[in-house]
Amino acid sequence: MMSLQKITPAWIKRIGLVTVIGLFLAGVVFWGGFNWALESTNTEEFCISCHEMKENVFKEYQSTVHYTNRTGVRATCPDCHVPKEWGPKMIRKIQASNEVWHKLLGTIDTPEKFNAKRAQLAQNEWKRMKANDSQECRNCHRYDYMDFTEQGNRAAKKHPQAFAEGMTCIDCHKGIAHQLPAIDQHIGKQNEGAVEISHGEKPAEKATVEEKK
Amino acid sequence: MRFIPALALAAAVLLAGAGSAAAQEVVESLRGKAAITDTSRTDVMFRPEKEQEPIPRNFQKQPPLIPHSIKGYNITQNFNKCMDCHSRERAEETGATKVAKSHYLDREDKKLTNISPRRYFCMQCHVPQFDAKPLVENTYKPAARKGE
Repeated sequence: MMSLQKITPAWIKRIGLVTVIGLFLAGVVFWGGFNWALESTNTEEFCISCHEMKENVFKEYQSTVHYTNRTGVRATCPDCHVPKEWGPKMIRKIQASNEVWHKLLGTIDTPEKFNAKRAQLAQNEWKRMKANDSQECRNCHRYDYMDFTEQGNRAAKKHPQAFAEGMTCIDCHKGIAHQLPAIDQHIGKQNEGAVEISHGEKPAEKATVEEKK
Repeated sequence: MRFIPALALAAAVLLAGAGSAAAQEVVESLRGKAAITDTSRTDVMFRPEKEQEPIPRNFQKQPPLIPHSIKGYNITQNFNKCMDCHSRERAEETGATKVAKSHYLDREDKKLTNISPRRYFCMQCHVPQFDAKPLVENTYKPAARKGE
């Protein structure tokens, strides 16, 4: 007991060992609780508890390969829309408070309103993925793990070329899980003046939609 | 005397039952001869072919077939997935076949500055190719090409 007395720091003696252990346990409970609460907002169930998500983007995503496929591997909402790393995840979660605010305002509470905002929403997400080098795609799809010989001719030709040019997944793979907004493809009067998508050749998306009203 | 109508009724019911049983054996629905309680046996599911060499055209001006998978490729009011590679602007970079000049004509053969709206739905004419065996024998011969 004498030796234990000697090595115990003064500040512990001052507040008492029981208090220290109590604080430690409180910390564990607080941190665990915080993470539990955070992770419960990181589920598909949570995302589609808002009808804005359930009636629009979730429905569109259900017919895509990330929802239904041969092997039964599924990428759910947070797999693509929330970074896995702690820091970026916190930043994204704080940004998401804006989304909660607009949920309360009812900015996109009908499909018509949603579609009117779709161009802006899509561009926000493209910008985010371009900035983080398509981080969420690369959580599963790694360029350096790809076997090009297993890919189709078009993919096998384009992928090495694109990666060598420093392009990132989202440069080409837009609208793979949700419907695209109106895109000006320069094929006539169709969608003239709408959003233009670059395929990585231009530095950033030309924002033709007003950012804020 | 009273039992006769009852007997006749029983006979009628029996006959009707036998008749309908016979009818059930004959009728064959689209799901085949499988009994209603059984799972119908289907042939191997149709699978679109993946990448392959283009099948040559059978006649002049035949819309070429699509020699690649088009799974998940949508043509909507907002976006035409085919034109993402095949449009005049994009074809060179993507290495895809460029939209033919005929797509720039209206129905009076007047030249338009861009693709005619009546050509917007690519898959009205172009379909993915598939090595389907002809259902009936076919002796079709294309007309001779110009100058042949």
